[in-house]
Amino acid sequence: MDRGNPDLELLDRLRGGDESAFVELVERYHSPMVRLARTFVPSEAVAEEVTQEAWLGVLNGIGRFEGRSSLKTWIFRILVNRARTRGVRESRTVPFSSLEREGDEGRPSVDPGRFQDEGLWAAPPRAWEDQPEERLLSAETRAVIREAIDALPASQRRVIDLRDVEGLSAEEVVELLDLTQVNQRVLLHRARSKVRQALEDYLGGTS
Amino acid sequence: MILTRPPLKCRELVEIVTDYLEGDLSRRDRRRFERHIAGCEGCTSYVEQMRLTKRLLGRIPEDSIPAEAREALLDAFRDWRSETG
Repeated sequence: MDRGNPDLELLDRLRGGDESAFVELVERYHSPMVRLARTFVPSEAVAEEVTQEAWLGVLNGIGRFEGRSSLKTWIFRILVNRARTRGVRESRTVPFSSLEREGDEGRPSVDPGRFQDEGLWAAPPRAWEDQPEERLLSAETRAVIREAIDALPASQRRVIDLRDVEGLSAEEVVELLDLTQVNQRVLLHRARSKVRQALEDYLGGTS
Repeated sequence: MILTRPPLKCRELVEIVTDYLEGDLSRRDRRRFERHIAGCEGCTSYVEQMRLTKRLLGRIPEDSIPAEAREALLDAFRDWRSETG
């Protein structure tokens, strides 16, 4: 067993019944799991409930974890399975389409009005290099980003959160969400384009 | 026979910027992309903004877990531990 891998070290402690190892995992992954669950189910309360269930699944399955994926993606996989099942069940009362439809297929990434007829910029974006780092990393900027993510359709929110916020690889996300590579990239692209637009609106627009 | 394609337009570039950043463009399309940004300040800024967007997304700190949820999970953990011995 690779002692240099922090996952495996944590796993060892967890299997040995070490409570602090569990606390560490929960502190690390609970909030992202609730956010991920929320993209499948209709309310925050149900998302919290599903996540609690998923943790029980993690504890009961920990003996079978073989380390073929990272611990994180294994935990997220358990969560996605539960959240998806629950989402389907709940969709009897909430129309499924409102959870899964993106509603912006084929819409351009940038307002067409910003291009000239020949497709070149009429209102080009301005470089953000002049923005001080403190502003970019401020709580206010973070709130703008968070709000932009929350406004995304569930399928896009899921992908950008896992890829860019949580730092999973494209391959991991494709696997976890049963997407095709192309689909994953399209969802990521739409999501990032919209977050960029929100940041541009906030940081100061065109040149 | 070499098929030359017309230069990329800004309006097209913004639709393939993620393919570019993900390293998913063919070599030919990549060259076409890079040729365009080399001569286009607006698109250079756009690509930089997308890179920065990704970077800032990765810097959002995690929310902390609500005390109530934490307590419930600790209870579940203790039950699990006493069952598995």
